[in-house]
Amino acid sequence: MSAPRTVGGSSAEARAAWWLLSPALLAIGLFFAVPLVAALFLSLTDFDLYGIADLGTVRFVGLGNYTDLLADPRFWRAVKNTLVFAILGGPLTIVAALFGAVLVDSKLARWKGFFRTVYYAPVVTTLVAAAVVWRAFLHPTFGPVNRILSAVGIPGVDWLGNPRWATLAIVSLSVWRTFGYCLVIFVAGLQSIPTSLYEAARLEGAGTWRLTMDITLPLLKPTTFFVAVITSVGLFQIFAEPYVITRGGPLEATTSLALMMYEQGFRWWSLGRAAAIAFLLFVLILAASAIQLAIRRLRPEEG
Amino acid sequence: MPGPPSAIAVDAAGPPRRTAPRQRARLAALAVNGLLIFGAVFTLLPLLWMISASLMPAGEALALPLRWLPSRPTLEHYAALFQRLHLGRAFLNSLFLSLAITAVSLFCNAAAGYAFAKLRFKGRDRLFAFLLATLVVPPQVGVLPLFLEIKSLGLVNSRLGVLVAGIATVFGIFLVRQFALSIPDELLDAARVDGASEMRIFVSVVLPILKPILVTLGVFTFLAAWNDFMWPLVVLTDEAKQTLPVALANLSGEHVQDTELMMAGAVITVLPVLLLFFALQKHYVEGILLGSVKE
Amino acid sequence: MSRSCRARFVLALLAATCISACKRNDDGRTTVRFWAFGREGEEVRALVPEFERRNPDLHVEVEQVPWIAAHEKILTAYVGDALPDAAQMGNTWIPEMAALSALAPLKARIARSKSFDRGDSFAGVWDSNEVGGELWGAPWYVDTRVIYYRTDLIEEAHAPWPPKSWDEWRTAMERVRALSPDHFAILLPIDEWAQVMTLGLQRGAPLLKDGGRRGHFDEPQFRAALAFYTGLFRDGLAPPLDQSGVANLFQQFAEGYFAMFISGPWNLTEMERRLPPEMQTRWATAPMPPPEAGGEYPGTSLAGGASLVVFRGAQQPEGAWRWIEYLSEPAQQAEFFRRAGDLPSRRSAWKVTGLADDPRAAAFLTQLAQVSPAPKVPEWEQIGARLAVATEQVVRGARTADSALAALDADADRILEKRRFLLDRAARLRATERHR
Repeated sequence: MSAPRTVGGSSAEARAAWWLLSPALLAIGLFFAVPLVAALFLSLTDFDLYGIADLGTVRFVGLGNYTDLLADPRFWRAVKNTLVFAILGGPLTIVAALFGAVLVDSKLARWKGFFRTVYYAPVVTTLVAAAVVWRAFLHPTFGPVNRILSAVGIPGVDWLGNPRWATLAIVSLSVWRTFGYCLVIFVAGLQSIPTSLYEAARLEGAGTWRLTMDITLPLLKPTTFFVAVITSVGLFQIFAEPYVITRGGPLEATTSLALMMYEQGFRWWSLGRAAAIAFLLFVLILAASAIQLAIRRLRPEEG
Repeated sequence: MPGPPSAIAVDAAGPPRRTAPRQRARLAALAVNGLLIFGAVFTLLPLLWMISASLMPAGEALALPLRWLPSRPTLEHYAALFQRLHLGRAFLNSLFLSLAITAVSLFCNAAAGYAFAKLRFKGRDRLFAFLLATLVVPPQVGVLPLFLEIKSLGLVNSRLGVLVAGIATVFGIFLVRQFALSIPDELLDAARVDGASEMRIFVSVVLPILKPILVTLGVFTFLAAWNDFMWPLVVLTDEAKQTLPVALANLSGEHVQDTELMMAGAVITVLPVLLLFFALQKHYVEGILLGSVKE
Repeated sequence: MSRSCRARFVLALLAATCISACKRNDDGRTTVRFWAFGREGEEVRALVPEFERRNPDLHVEVEQVPWIAAHEKILTAYVGDALPDAAQMGNTWIPEMAALSALAPLKARIARSKSFDRGDSFAGVWDSNEVGGELWGAPWYVDTRVIYYRTDLIEEAHAPWPPKSWDEWRTAMERVRALSPDHFAILLPIDEWAQVMTLGLQRGAPLLKDGGRRGHFDEPQFRAALAFYTGLFRDGLAPPLDQSGVANLFQQFAEGYFAMFISGPWNLTEMERRLPPEMQTRWATAPMPPPEAGGEYPGTSLAGGASLVVFRGAQQPEGAWRWIEYLSEPAQQAEFFRRAGDLPSRRSAWKVTGLADDPRAAAFLTQLAQVSPAPKVPEWEQIGARLAVATEQVVRGARTADSALAALDADADRILEKRRFLLDRAARLRATERHR
């Protein structure tokens, strides 16, 4: 792949470039950048339903929305819920994906393409459809999951009515949906490890365990890091699952930040507040990504 | 059998393990494949149950004792969805919108991706880096003001309003650019020497080469557009214009007790994208790898 | 695909998208767009042909919206300038829509119209449509909540019936529950606010204070109502289920899983439809009991129901108004009742349909004499949602009643902050004007 040349180039090229760029840039500018800046301004006002009826009722409140939110226990509950989703879901997804990738990539595996396709199917499944299935699956009395559990002697779990289990229900859907994507990436990562390394280690008498710990995992670090960031960013933005399955309940245990933003914004039309929530979510995602980046920098990969 | 693309060929046979007894190897193979099958069943179970329940007569899916297969398969729920509840209309809406978004988006992203990859102009790399940085911003941030913007353009409750949000994506531009980087410069220079204009080069020389990545991006975009939930939910208020996921969510709120009906609706929503994915998965997977393992 | 082929394809797609985004015109007639919710949305369509026969220049397009999405959808449409011409509107939403100046004033039209007769309606009904001295909606159907119960279980338990006080009601519940220990006496979905609010209203709790500027849930009357309500769960008389936890209301009622539930008139026809034939003689309705014996009977219940409104920005205000007039005629109200089961807001329609003689509707007739509306503040939907959460917290034992009520007041105060600001500002303006 040749490196892009930036020096030189005719004015004809530059002209053509701007023509080719303009539709995309226009769309991005108009429908992404403009709302982004507008959201910032919105978050500094108390724009709400009254404001939509009559602009004269809108007040500039500066950082008022932000301070209100930071003092609101409901906001912190949503932050906590979102973090729980991420902390529960992230490692589960990564471990499942890694384990699956190792299996799929193993020399002993047959029908690799088939398995990879099957594991990826949940990723393309429409989230709302999956959520609807989940809700039926997890019905406390009649759902298949509890029927199976009671068949093996475990008493039925109130998946949707108990705050703790409802969280797990949402996380399980998220893990189911995303682990296939991570698996594919891990497989590619595994395949980029030269077999010569394995051969050399085996010749020295290393067993499978040693091979995994000393070669596979360390060399997968960049891939793992990438997967971790992607997964966590996705989990922080979780919205459709709680919206469809639990509507944020029970007792707001599954109200994520994105769901709270949606409710404030599109249910009650407190637009200023909702915009502030969205920016705080953004800050949270940035912070989490920065932490993960810092962890990676602090522990450089072994060669 | 489609295999994953990789730069380094994997030696499938591997060095012979003379030391391990054959039984152990066979046991290991059994374990590995067994686990894979178990995982596959687990993964597919919700989808299979969804299909099965959609064919069950009303009340059977969540009855006691638990059934995995319908006692007598029936298409009554599908009939109800299409006749009484107009899910066919939502299906067409989804199809239409997804195709439109894909077409427009491909056009915009192909042009921009090529420009960033192969055309030299001032500030190109800085602009591209800036665009990449915007990938960090979660989509929820701009949803509300975008809605107000759409409203001021009079596009609320119109399909055009749904379209505009999906037209150009930085990810799409990134993908095309990555691919376009591999176009040999000599090819382009030769065309320039022949006197072709830049636009002509783009249309006649570059686009055909970009076809594979455009297929990949097309699949991506179509899937994303089809599965999109929050934006159509917010923009389209007319029941007649709703897309499938939104219609399904509405149905779910209203008919939460009609499980079989819900499952039929879910099948209708999911089947097209699953079929599309199975048919074009090679392109799709290539795209993910191209776009992610890079860095 | 060749380049030009692709370009044509794209253009065709774009064109088709644009065309389908534009409105259709309907064979020369003017189209009146009307939104109705839930069951009403399905049934009101049957009344359209007669209207169109009488008004050949009009065509009514009915869009049915599920109840659960209705409030959100109306607000979204309001913000997006996508409201229809007319709509069904829940009573509790009228103050909100009036505050947004979304509705067209109807007082003058109603006074002029021959279709309306204010004396023919129930007392509180017109009142809930009035905000700031102007009428914003025409009552369509009335709705209140009464107790649906299993007659055979009540008899078997020798329960005091109908209950004339909360104590009697509790005794009845305890006796019924004693019949079968793993069943319950009454179903009260814990994520709804209507029931606990009704109990509060019966005790005379103000709910809000300072003219609807602040929350006032943390006070003795509402505390007592909440204590009674949560006590039912604590003592195993009501199952801690939320709306989605009830697999099938009718099935479980028929099985005796619970012997009572509180609901509205739509279930009169639903029960007849959904219960098995042998159950049809075994259920009835009773009005809500007051807190104290000897108090005014029955106890207050929620003044629900829906009105018909015309939106201020309607494109066909005249057509919309004619449609509303038509729906308000006693004959049409009677017909609508036959289909949807909603109680007509006009008493004359009650006579026509024979509702006046129906024993099961009698409870509603009695109850309608004692109804109270929800506080008429635009933010009530939001406060109600917080009330439901607070109640659920106490029922599930996640919070004590005291802390939940205090938090609820804080929530209500925050939600009402903008309203306080606007009211105070308006008062200040009036004061300065007076001093000129």
